[in-house]
Amino acid sequence: MQLTQGFADPAIEAARVFRIVLDAMSHPARIVTLPEIDAPAPCSPAAAAVLLTLVDGTTPLHLAGAHDCEAMRDWVRFHLGAPLVGPQDAAFALGIWDALGPLSAYPQGSAEYPDRAATLIVDDMALRSKGARLTGPGIAHEAFLSLPDVAALQVNAAQFPRGVDFLFASGAQLAALPRSTQIGGA
Amino acid sequence: MTEYNFAYLDEATKRMLRRAILKAVAIPGYQVPFSSREMPMPYGWGTGGVQVTAACLVPEDTLKVIDQGADDTTNAVSIRKFFARVAHVATTEATAEASVIQTRHRIPERPLTDGQILVFQVPIPEPLRFLEPRETETRTMHALEDYGLMQVRLYEDIARHGEIARAYAYPVRVEGRYIMDPSPIPKFDNPKLDNSPALQLFGAGRESRIYALPPHTRVESLDFEDYPFTASKAAGQRCAICGAEDSYLDEVITDDAGGRMFVCSDTDYCATRVAAQAEDAA
Repeated sequence: MQLTQGFADPAIEAARVFRIVLDAMSHPARIVTLPEIDAPAPCSPAAAAVLLTLVDGTTPLHLAGAHDCEAMRDWVRFHLGAPLVGPQDAAFALGIWDALGPLSAYPQGSAEYPDRAATLIVDDMALRSKGARLTGPGIAHEAFLSLPDVAALQVNAAQFPRGVDFLFASGAQLAALPRSTQIGGA
Repeated sequence: MTEYNFAYLDEATKRMLRRAILKAVAIPGYQVPFSSREMPMPYGWGTGGVQVTAACLVPEDTLKVIDQGADDTTNAVSIRKFFARVAHVATTEATAEASVIQTRHRIPERPLTDGQILVFQVPIPEPLRFLEPRETETRTMHALEDYGLMQVRLYEDIARHGEIARAYAYPVRVEGRYIMDPSPIPKFDNPKLDNSPALQLFGAGRESRIYALPPHTRVESLDFEDYPFTASKAAGQRCAICGAEDSYLDEVITDDAGGRMFVCSDTDYCATRVAAQAEDAA
């Protein structure tokens, strides 16, 4: 078994990655670039950096589709120690859009505790600043982002304050779509 | 071993804080419960703000800490020194130079910019707490958007005092959804919360709550059509040091014969103005 390296200097590198992720989450549709982290295929460097920064033994993780491979499971066990679970118990999920399946399968939070909802890391996206028109908190006037399935994401946003939050990864690039963002047509 | 871990807290704690902060940003105005840690300072000294700041700092940051607008009070100086020691960040008193600003009870006068983070220290995060002491009830009220009690409270103020008698911690509505306590900032600062280009994070250590206002979030101070909100301060006064009429003023008693003066609460704003005036005169 061959394992790739995680953060060389965990405290400092996790801090830098978090600040970039925070920048993305507080500016939906803003495309940010994360440091290059080696992870087993098919996991992108951006998704690996997010996992190393946010996921640990207290956060159940769902690996979907091709991401649920032996190499990735070994990497998660060694670097994160996160329990691997099905979508219904996941705090975080990782996979390509089609593999992640219906959004309603993931914890949506309750009316009393909307924070108890999953964060989905959608890997291997084609991130472009065009497509669906986005408005809401974090966006000055309007922003545009290529989204995988506008109708499903509109249903998610309509549940606010319940709903799941998204991190879209592509190589070392990342963009966020929190549930608070209103999604117009493409 | 003589060094602390970067930014004092252990990595598992910072991951927990970071997850809570991201959920807070995704649900503007909602108070996310988190597992507050003991910090090397007493509750009430900004342990919530310190934990949020510790979770956000990177070594490249320049940190500013203010207490009631002042950079030079005990609380501000000790928190600034704390992070200079445990995170090796640069510190500043200039609002424009800071990338992260931790504040107790003020928003700087100088407009904040994209990329800056303002971290508020919060004593009581629940705006409905003094109306309904039970957490189970206030949680349900937020879930159901049942905010009539707050409007009644503001109405009773008008019936008794002729105006909404709240000078600080004036409640706001975030994006038309959650009612939020903006921490005990004077209501003069409330308009600065609205549509700010900076990210605003709120940390309550004793009460174990984190909440957030992403940039460009709509924040409205609660009021009535016939009693609109006004961002008031000491009327008809100007700063005795820099002459500013547009800044929030502190009243300073100067003797025991009724003598008093008003000075800017924001010490950086005041000092910057005084320096500019000295340059103009020279």
